[in-house]
Amino acid sequence: MVISEELLTIRDLHTGYRIKDIYYDAVDGVSISLKKNEILAIVGESGCGKSTLATSIIGLHDHNKTRVRGGIYYKNSNLASLDEEALNNIRGEEIGMIFQDPLSALNPLMRIGEQIEESLIYHSKLSKEQRIQRVLNLLYQVGIPNPERTANQFPHQLSGGMRQRVIIAIAISCKPNIIIADEPTTALDVTIQAQILDLLSELQMETGAGIILITHDLGVVAEVADRVAVMYAGQIIEEAPVEELFSNPKHPYTRSLLNSIPQMNSENEKLQVIQGLVPSLAKLPRTGCRFSPRIPWIPESNHEAEPSLHEVSPGHFVRCTCFKYFHFESEGGSLR
Amino acid sequence: MIPQLLILSLLIFIMAKQMPGDPFTGLITPESDANRIEELREEAGFYDPWYVQYANWIIGVAQGDFGKSYTYKVPVADLIGERAMNTLWLSLLSVVLLYLIAIPLGVLAGRYQDTLVDKSIVLYSFVSYAIPTFVLGLIFLFLFGYQLGWFPTAGTVDIKYEESTKAYIWSKIYHMLLPAITYAVLGTTGVIQYLRSEIIDSKSMDYVRTARSKGIPIRKVYSKHIFRNSLLPIAAFFGFTITGLLGGSIFIESIFGYPGMGQLFMQSISSRDYSVITALVLLFGFLTLLGSLLSDIIMSIVDPRIRID
Repeated sequence: MVISEELLTIRDLHTGYRIKDIYYDAVDGVSISLKKNEILAIVGESGCGKSTLATSIIGLHDHNKTRVRGGIYYKNSNLASLDEEALNNIRGEEIGMIFQDPLSALNPLMRIGEQIEESLIYHSKLSKEQRIQRVLNLLYQVGIPNPERTANQFPHQLSGGMRQRVIIAIAISCKPNIIIADEPTTALDVTIQAQILDLLSELQMETGAGIILITHDLGVVAEVADRVAVMYAGQIIEEAPVEELFSNPKHPYTRSLLNSIPQMNSENEKLQVIQGLVPSLAKLPRTGCRFSPRIPWIPESNHEAEPSLHEVSPGHFVRCTCFKYFHFESEGGSLR
Repeated sequence: MIPQLLILSLLIFIMAKQMPGDPFTGLITPESDANRIEELREEAGFYDPWYVQYANWIIGVAQGDFGKSYTYKVPVADLIGERAMNTLWLSLLSVVLLYLIAIPLGVLAGRYQDTLVDKSIVLYSFVSYAIPTFVLGLIFLFLFGYQLGWFPTAGTVDIKYEESTKAYIWSKIYHMLLPAITYAVLGTTGVIQYLRSEIIDSKSMDYVRTARSKGIPIRKVYSKHIFRNSLLPIAAFFGFTITGLLGGSIFIESIFGYPGMGQLFMQSISSRDYSVITALVLLFGFLTLLGSLLSDIIMSIVDPRIRID
């Protein structure tokens, strides 16, 4: 792998939500970096903090109800400590954001063209005519067949896939260095998913932007990502290049996730599941291995008291030591 | 709309028929000849079958003929027309004042939710909702009308001015000001509460998050995304508000001695002026239906998702 410069570096990030005057960290000590020309996937189940991580980066949280601590370093400044005005120069211009649900992410009362043009008004010095031209080019770039017509339409007149393309057009309108895509394909059906993923990879190649792709879909990860970070209960529990992660998963959680994907050729008819539930934010144990309650057959002594990330091979990190002893429950006591 | 109106007219007609008296009740004196009255009743169709009477009435109504007022002895249409103009101007001023107060307060409360500003606005909106119109009306009348003498206490215009001069128009507005303020101050609750909760809801909408992720200033996010979308439910009421202008307020007009529709309705009930009552009820019903039609039309203009084909 070519060593390229780091675009964005997150150091020990804690993002907490306030519940009755106590802050509970949904993102609990995440450190990760995004390199240029890279698609970094962040995977995890609902509630693991991956979307919170995404929105923390551009400070979209309500300041009265959340607390962001730690470092989000971009171009020599810490985004976590910037004020609204400074953040507005980053949002849209340097970091573009793509949201999950294209049905609700566009303003229903505004024409498509206007919504794309909006960020150009504040982040570019283009004239009105140039902006309109740019909007049409953007729509064309994201694969919309008739840009002139679409620009004058309202969101409800477009299909889900088209709307997601419009949202991507908004995100890339100012040629950002980083694109954060928060579950961009979750609300779409499978054929459209593939098209949108292709589009993202294409745009990434064209613009050289770094993409942070948040998803719970391992199929999506395998298709487009360069590097993967697996999150569980607010922490990154495994991080590796994509081939490495799929061929040599280490952490019990990653292995369980991969194991729970239904296989077409499998003779085993029962779907593999991970027992237990993701603990709620307030009840989350803040010490010890957070995954241990869900693999109760692994003895306590196999876990670390304060799990840290271990580098098992270059670029492949795993949290806690339990991965060394982990076996699936169905495999009985035989250690692997 | 036509079927609803017909049903309404039928109901009004039946109820009017159930009430005691006939068109000549007010005309009979001890000297009246009983036989002559019977003749007059016969001529007026009092003994016709009810459906013939209804048909006669509704055909007249369709042509704008509501009959004559029993008390005023003038055609009902003329009587209403004169009062309707008074009410229209008063209501228009009231509604303008109401929106001028309610919209900024609703926006402020929604934007600065849970702050002291929000709490005081919500407190005002509930207190004003709880005060009956006639109580505040009387307080204002006593305080600003009699004690301080800032405003006239009755009528629509000072008689010393000539019609359609500048001073005349000013005098009219001056007479309307106190009742309009009373109405506006007490009527804001609905608009404030609606706007506030819509703005709070809109703030957490996905499209607002999209707008914020574009890096546009927060005041622009409010003016272009949140405010516009929050006005939709207010727009949905607007048709009713417009047609409601003609209905007038019974309390306001009675307290401030303002000769409008509300006062006319009140007087016609207490003097059993049936032809006026039926005409007014039918008119109010018609206005309500028209209001809902207008609301639909307004919604189809402001909300691109709604189209009337």
